[in-house]
Amino acid sequence: MSSIEIKATPEREGISIPWGSLAPFIALAAIVVLGALINSNFLAANNLLNVITRSAFIAIIGVGATFVIATGGLDLSVGSMMAFVTGIMILTMNGLTPSLGPWAILAGAGVALVVGALCGLLNGLIITVGRIEPFIVTLGTMGIFRAFITFMSDGGSLSIDRSLREAYRPVYFGDFLGVPYPVLITLCVVLIGAFLLYRTKYGRRVTAVGSNADVAQFSGVHVGGVRTMAFVIQGICVAVAAICYVPRLGAATPTTGQLWELQVITAVVIGGTLLRGGKARVWGTVAGALILEIIANVMVLSDMVSEYLVAAVQGTIIIIAMLAHRFTSAR
Amino acid sequence: MTTFNQGARILSATLVAGALTTAPALAQDKEFTIAVSIPAATHGWTGGVVYHAERAEKEIEAAYPNIDVIVSTASSATAQVSSLEDLSATNELDALVILPFTSEELTGPVEQVASNGTFITVVDRGLADPSIQDLYVAGDNIAVGANTADWLVDKLGGEGEIVVLRGIPTVIDDERIQGFTEVIDKSNIKILDIQYANWNQDEAFTLMQDYLGKYPNIDAVWANDDDMLLGVLEAVDQAGRDDIKFALGGNGMKQVIEMVMAGDERTPISTPYPPSMIASAIYMTAAQFTGQAPMRGSFKLDAPLITPQNADQFYFPDSPF
Repeated sequence: MSSIEIKATPEREGISIPWGSLAPFIALAAIVVLGALINSNFLAANNLLNVITRSAFIAIIGVGATFVIATGGLDLSVGSMMAFVTGIMILTMNGLTPSLGPWAILAGAGVALVVGALCGLLNGLIITVGRIEPFIVTLGTMGIFRAFITFMSDGGSLSIDRSLREAYRPVYFGDFLGVPYPVLITLCVVLIGAFLLYRTKYGRRVTAVGSNADVAQFSGVHVGGVRTMAFVIQGICVAVAAICYVPRLGAATPTTGQLWELQVITAVVIGGTLLRGGKARVWGTVAGALILEIIANVMVLSDMVSEYLVAAVQGTIIIIAMLAHRFTSAR
Repeated sequence: MTTFNQGARILSATLVAGALTTAPALAQDKEFTIAVSIPAATHGWTGGVVYHAERAEKEIEAAYPNIDVIVSTASSATAQVSSLEDLSATNELDALVILPFTSEELTGPVEQVASNGTFITVVDRGLADPSIQDLYVAGDNIAVGANTADWLVDKLGGEGEIVVLRGIPTVIDDERIQGFTEVIDKSNIKILDIQYANWNQDEAFTLMQDYLGKYPNIDAVWANDDDMLLGVLEAVDQAGRDDIKFALGGNGMKQVIEMVMAGDERTPISTPYPPSMIASAIYMTAAQFTGQAPMRGSFKLDAPLITPQNADQFYFPDSPF
């Protein structure tokens, strides 16, 4: 019975594209209009560039999370993992600066990607080989990674070498033809993510595993392999985010990336990816990340909300966005 | 094993001391155990507390071989209560130096320890019932805010427009903001905006970017903590805004003290709320047992401005904070 389902899903989606998948973009547009009405400074080029640039972290990590969540998994460790990768990267760069000079930045970035992928692999293997719920495993690794960064920084902050600061700074603050580098990097990550998900065999397996693991198994898909790979992709995305993050403040602290996992999951779900798996919307995730960042920005720009109630208004807007989403996709 | 021996030794020492009150030489032989219970290093300031507590432990144990200092960190109020129970179950505590996570939750457990006759030193956050403590050592959060505000009012000539970044909603944050706004309200300085950035560099960076986008002119910014100040400075530099004459923090983080020492024009001062207060408290508690120096009472650290002239007194290059 289920083998029919798995074939039917992509076809049905092909027909009913319009409202369901456009909802996050409509919500994004609505929030932009709201922002413009509340404070005209919102549409100032500088403000928009700031907001789009800083949403890069959540968007990049979100692309990885889209894979993990689409396979029916969940990764709570991404925020701590980001901090951990950032810490390793800074230590590597500081250690290599005397011998490599500015090239230490490239070496650090390389190490970050390897460490990120390994962290993801660790999560994936414990989950698939150990057959433990992803929620529990990543809750555990969340604590482990967080403790490591606290240990590496002695609870204080871990700063990159002064000589690297100026050379590395443009990766966050610089731009190419007016487009900030973090935005370009996000675009690359999203394009690669979209290609993997929608144009390759692996991408189809991701959603197949997420919608029904048993059926996928019977159809010859190596479920464990697909899931583990999704966590590795998540790890690499975390490392890419770390590479964009370090030049911003030039330091990692025990609070780096704290609670980002929740923002990432929110962005992915607002974007239309199903939390129970089986459906992936990479571009929606980007819209979700932008929505979260813009809401926070608009809250500061408006004078209507007491500083004590900002979080309540943010929560309400997210719930309304999700209700609107459900309403439109139910039709 | 060792704890049993220690306990036994203390016990016998007490008995002997009780029997022969006329022999002062015995006080030298008596062993004292001082337990120190502090929050784990989860952010810059508590990182500093752990660093200074561990340093004080080494220094005091080296100076007084008959004193044993046990430092125990806890990551939450509940964990601290458990660690108190463990400490008093496994050791005969002569003194407890505690920086409580929260006032209400720790009051009962500390009272329990005190009922065994343990000398109680409370640091920073007071207990709900001050009669439990023998010694209270704390910084002055209201002065941190007020002294910064006094300086700012003076430098801005009593008028201007400023923005403020708050920390995590707690008594500490409330008191700093209260001390600051009380002084500012008496001048013609206008606080344009005040929002939470949770003592977090990233959130401070983001919030400052938003402030800069919202207000075309800002004369000064106060970030109530030096960790946040670093994020603020990055945002201001990136925006290339030169209307901001002063960007101030607080707490005396070493990176910021370095800026003060270097005579930075935008950040010429900081205000101490030093994590080293835990070391002051441990030293004073040790004095209670080693010297003929009674240490009961309250000790409130001043919050004098850190200026280029006195910055070296507040500078601990090895500390993580």
